[in-house]
Parts: sequence; C-alpha cells; structure tokens
Amino acid sequence: MSEKIKSVGIDIGTSTTQLIFSELTIRNLAGSYRVPRIKIVDKRVIYKSAIYFTPLQSMAAIDTAAVKAIMQKEYQKAGIKPEDLQTGAVIITGDSARKDNADSVIEELSDMAGDFVVATAGPDLESVLSARGAGTDVLSREQEKTIANIDIGGGTSNIAVYQNGRLMGTSCLNIGGRLITVEEGRIKNIFPDLERRAEKMGQPIHRGDQADVEKLKKICRQLASDLAQALNLKPREAGHDALYTNGGDPLDTSIHLDGITFSGGVAACLYEHPSGSFPYGDIGNLLAQAVREEKAFSTVETYPSRETIRATVVGAGSHTMNVSGSTIRYEAGLLPIKNIPVLKIREEDEDTPGKITQTIQREMPVLLGNGETSPVAIALSAQNTQTFAEIQTLAQTIVDGTEKVLKRSAPLIVITENDIGKVLGNALSLLVGREHPVISLDGLYADTGDYIDIGEPVAGGRVCPVIIKTIVFNS
Amino acid sequence: MVNEQTIKDIVQQVLGDIDVSKFLDDDKESEAPATAFKTGEVCEEGEAGEIPDITKIDIRTQYLVNHPKHGEEYAKLKAKAPCRLGIGKAGARYKTLPVLEFRAAHSAAQDAVFTDVDPAFIEKMGLFTIQSQCRDKDEYLTRPDLGRKLSEEGAKMVDEKCVKHPKVQIYIADGLSSAAIEANANEVYPAIVQGLKSHGIDVGTPFFLKYGRVASMDQISEITGADVTCVLIGERPGLITAQSMSAYMAYKATVGMPEARRTVISNIHKEGTNPAEAGAHIADILLKMLETKSSGTDLKL
Repeated sequence: MSEKIKSVGIDIGTSTTQLIFSELTIRNLAGSYRVPRIKIVDKRVIYKSAIYFTPLQSMAAIDTAAVKAIMQKEYQKAGIKPEDLQTGAVIITGDSARKDNADSVIEELSDMAGDFVVATAGPDLESVLSARGAGTDVLSREQEKTIANIDIGGGTSNIAVYQNGRLMGTSCLNIGGRLITVEEGRIKNIFPDLERRAEKMGQPIHRGDQADVEKLKKICRQLASDLAQALNLKPREAGHDALYTNGGDPLDTSIHLDGITFSGGVAACLYEHPSGSFPYGDIGNLLAQAVREEKAFSTVETYPSRETIRATVVGAGSHTMNVSGSTIRYEAGLLPIKNIPVLKIREEDEDTPGKITQTIQREMPVLLGNGETSPVAIALSAQNTQTFAEIQTLAQTIVDGTEKVLKRSAPLIVITENDIGKVLGNALSLLVGREHPVISLDGLYADTGDYIDIGEPVAGGRVCPVIIKTIVFNS
Repeated sequence: MVNEQTIKDIVQQVLGDIDVSKFLDDDKESEAPATAFKTGEVCEEGEAGEIPDITKIDIRTQYLVNHPKHGEEYAKLKAKAPCRLGIGKAGARYKTLPVLEFRAAHSAAQDAVFTDVDPAFIEKMGLFTIQSQCRDKDEYLTRPDLGRKLSEEGAKMVDEKCVKHPKVQIYIADGLSSAAIEANANEVYPAIVQGLKSHGIDVGTPFFLKYGRVASMDQISEITGADVTCVLIGERPGLITAQSMSAYMAYKATVGMPEARRTVISNIHKEGTNPAEAGAHIADILLKMLETKSSGTDLKL
C-alpha cells in the first residue's frame, strides 16, 4: 500500500526562474504484521516549467508581480492547485538573494505555493539542494567515492561534497555566468567585485565598454581556475579567499575529490555547446569554455549529472522533504509547525543526565526569546538509550530541563535519531500531563543552528513529513 | 563413556583444525580484500584454554568464498540480511565452521522451546503463574488443543485474581520460545501499559501462562470480560534468532471465533524494532481496536 504526495520546487535564481512539480511515493516496507517502516520509495518529477529570465524591477529589486504571474501561468498549465501540494520549497538563490526585496518575494510566493512549503534562502542549502538535484549524493554512495557537485549559476557557484552519500562540506563563491552581461556588443553590467578584480588582473572592464571577447575569455579563465582551486584541485592563490559569498569559508583543504559533477546554467552550456560568444547576453558560454579548458578539472573523473540547469529546482522540489520514523507521537491539531529552532544535546553529554538538563535550562530560554511561546525542538541521538528503563530516565531528564523554562501551553518537541520516538513521547506525555502537548519524532538528525518544519501526518497518520533546514550563513 | 574432558578436547581439536584466524588475517591465496570480510573480534582467540564462541559471529559480515570475483559486492548484499549465503564449500560439502554455526543455531532453537521461563523473571515482573491443560513440554508440543485451554485451577485463578471487565487484558505466555519472553516481555509490557495510560486507558491484571498457545486468549477474554485481550507469546524459533516474540490481539475474543479476528505484531526481537518502541506501537493498535470495536481483518491499520 503506497501513498503519493505532490511537491513543488520554485527557484528564483540570479538569471533564471523555474518551477517543477514532483510526486513522492511513500510506502510501508515492513509486512502488515510487523512494526511499520515507512519510507519515501520513489521521487519523480511530473512537470517542468519553461525556464524564464528572472524578472527584475531594477538592478536591486525583483519584480514580484511578474514572478507571481509566471507561477500562476505554470500552475495553470500543469493543472495543479496550491491545495494539491503537501510539501515543497521556494528557494531564492545566487544574486537574487541579495536583492532588497528578496524576503517579501519569498513570502508572497510561499503563500500561493501551498500550506506546507518552505520558503528559504542560503548558500549552504542551495549547495545541498543543487547537488541532490544533480544526483551527486546518490552517485557518491553508489560509487563509494568522494564526489563534489559544482552548480555554476548566474551569480554564484555552489559546491557540495559528498562522501559515500554523506555531506562533507559546502561552499559558495561569487562566480557565475551573469556577473557580466552584454548587450549589442557592449558591456551592459558588471558585478562590482568582479570589476575590481579585473582591474587588479590588468584586464580593466567597465559598463559601456566594447565587449572584448579575448579580454572576457582571460577573465573567465581566471574564474575557472578559481573554481578548480575551490575544489582543492589546484593550490589556492592569494586573493582566492575573498571570492566566497557572505565572507564564507572555502572547503576544508583535507577534502580530496575522486570526481565531480557539474550543474547549473553554465553546466548546460558545458554539455550543449551553444554557438557564439554571448548566446544568452552574458559570459556564461565563455565561462563554460574556460571550465572545459581548465586542465585541473580533468585530474579527476567527471560524472554526468542527472540535471544541469534544473538541478536546484529539482533539489528543492524533490529532495527537501524527509519522513520521520514510523512510530512517533504527536498532537495532530498542532501540525504543521514551521521554523522550529533546534536545541542540540551534544553526543558526549548524552550519557550524563545532569548535562542534558543543564543544556536545556541554559539554551532553551535563548531560543525561546522574550516571552515567546514559539516552540523549540530538542534534538539528540539517543543511540545508547535502548531499554524501557533508560528511556524513562531520559524522559525525566528532559522534563527536568524544560520544567521551569517551557511554558505549559508551548508544545514539548523532541527529535531523536534512535527509533524510540513513540515510547519516549508516551513517557514525556505522562510526565508533563495530558494538557501539555508532546511531539516526539525519531529517525531524524538535526544540529544546532538548524530549523525544522513538521508537516501534517501522512501514510494513515503514521509518519510526519519533516524538512530540516540548515541555514548557517544567514543565521 | 565419553567424559566431559574428552568432549572438550575433541571440540578444541576440531576448532583448532578450522583455524578461525584464517578469516582474520590476510589470506595470501585469496584475492578477496580481507578487511571487508572480517568475522569480527568475536573470533579472536579468547583467554588461554577458552575456545572462541561461534554463536557470536555475525553472519551478516561472514563471507567464506575463496577467490570471489566480486566479493565486496557480495558482502554488501549480505550485510542487508542475516542469511546463510556466501559461506563457501569444501568440495561438495559445507565448510566445517558454517556446519557448526548451523548446529549451534539449531541447538539454541531447541533450547528456546524446551527450557522454561525462569520463575525469578516472572516474579520480577510481578506476575502470578497459571498453567494450560498441558502437564509438561512433551504434551504441550504434541497436543496443541490442550495448550489453548486453561487448567481448571488456572481458570479459577484468573477468575479470582483478575480485575473484571478491563478495557485491555494483557498476559504473557511462553509459547514456543521461553528465550523470547525473557529477552523482550519486560521491555514490551511496560511500554504497552505506559502507552495506554498516556491516553487514559488502564489495563487489567497481568499474569503468566505456562504451556500456552495463542488461542488461549479466547478463554481468558471470556473469563475476564475484557474489551481487548493481548497475549505476548514466544514465537517458534528459527535459525536466525530464537528470541522472537509476537503480540496477538483481539477485540472481545470468544472460544471458537475465526482466526481472522486476531491482529498480530510479530518479529519483536533485538535485531528488529526496539522492543520498548514496539510496545508503544502495540498500545496504539490496542487503542485503535477500542476505538473501532474491531480486530483482525476487520481492523484497517
């Protein structure tokens, strides 16, 4: 017996805006006479929109109305209404996230996209979503190798490295195909940081200049070299570290790649070889050529990616949602709950009950804010909590911590990795009293700094859809 | 007469001949990468005079084929399920180690059936004991019909000691594996009670039934007048685990009712879902039976 749920992915990038709908199949893999084990067994993209240039009001603002009109048109074409959707993500990426009205755009769109759709931005998440859309996580698990996806978009390049399916690191650079735009043979626009860099390289270039292909090729070769450096395929040059978005960090130098996948609009140029220097009125194609010619990339294997220009939107639409473990406890009336900050109990503290209590008492008030009743999720692995007695002790420890700091009206939310969600939830419920709602989910990993969204239960109420958002840079 | 020392010597010698260390060290003849197939530290030599405990070998990681073409791939498949595959052969026969492991598993299964649940375990759980109409294990195994009926004395004890008309009546029966009961019942039972309590449902008086079969719940349901009856019972052991327990449940069970009226959650053992978590799940099923006043094939889960 399986259940299908629909999901949307909307990506508003530096140069393009896209949308996809996908269908996720959830099935109980255990026999009906066993304790259920419900998993997402299939993810299928059922509709891909056309690829639109992101409509801008000005250099600093996105044209919200125009974006909305695109979405309405595509929903209609696909024959899907917001209420048909159970999950999904709206993501604003690359240079678009730097626009003045980015927040309001995302808010307006998430309203029309369905009830349980996350609206989010952040280069780390973008890196992860594009890599998942490109299939890099699965590829690295199947090949048992360390593989990086590099999503070269219009404004930024997002890197995510996976080793045997596990995320090893992300980074994001201000390198993209649309940092310089060209119109009628002249430079229409240039990203200020790149303008300064070109100056230093001895290749000064300014708005209104003649678009000198040789000069632009030299700049693109430097950018391609920087991408190779960012992947540890070449020693890093002075000044490289300044290229990271929001002053972020480069990849750890200890990461050694076995292979790479390319995604993003520039990767599409890489594989499709469009003719002419400026087929899209920007340097995207020249950058693709420079990447092709950069020798450092051929020192490792290049794997085909599942998606190129659509990697991020497919990642957002198909790969943001997870399901909780199949034996959990929740209060149906409270769901969905969005944007719950995570309070992580460090693994080394888990075996000392006093430390769990202390951590909750110390950190919960900070996350709750002043007089707020918004919930906080306590996350722990609970790997060593196995027996009924140990679970009771853990429940008591948690309640000792939350007793004074959590208002009675606020739900007590606990998420564990170990499959003890339901029994822990029952224990907590008896300790705090039935008027105090308890949500206890398992099979999930979240860390400090993450936010989680918990959706309305699916699969006959057995599991909750969960989205874990890792937003390190923007927090 | 073979004395104990002689047996020890023989076993020692046989195991010595197997040379378990071969599976741990780099086998020069084998092209298989040794790391992937380590049978684990359990095979390492114990203290002086001890022989390694072959029942501690995790058969998911055991791979004994010489010169495999794709040994690593095979090992990956094997890791997914505890099956006796990829165990190699010696000529047309099994190798000695898998044969001994097989016999050890078979012995554990036999022990699980023929041993009684430790009375101290039952006492610790605070249960009183009754017996079916079977007088001993042999009769229990050969007369399933008697295992479904309580002894006269047992029926009387249930009638006298148990709270009448509880919402939920839970009891424990040895069934075909006492080992399963000792491994799981004390984890599953309190979790069921807690799960029901957290939804405001109290349970009846629990007890232990010796030589009991699943359908004994029908008579117990009739005596106690419970809305829902649940028996935690040891499953017929297999060669993978002898510690697997089931929970059979029925809404208003009656003697002679169709088997289809029973709901079961089986395969509760340490390799599967955490027993306490399974207990919490069983509590939810019991709640659903109370809510829908149905069980078995009538109950859609």
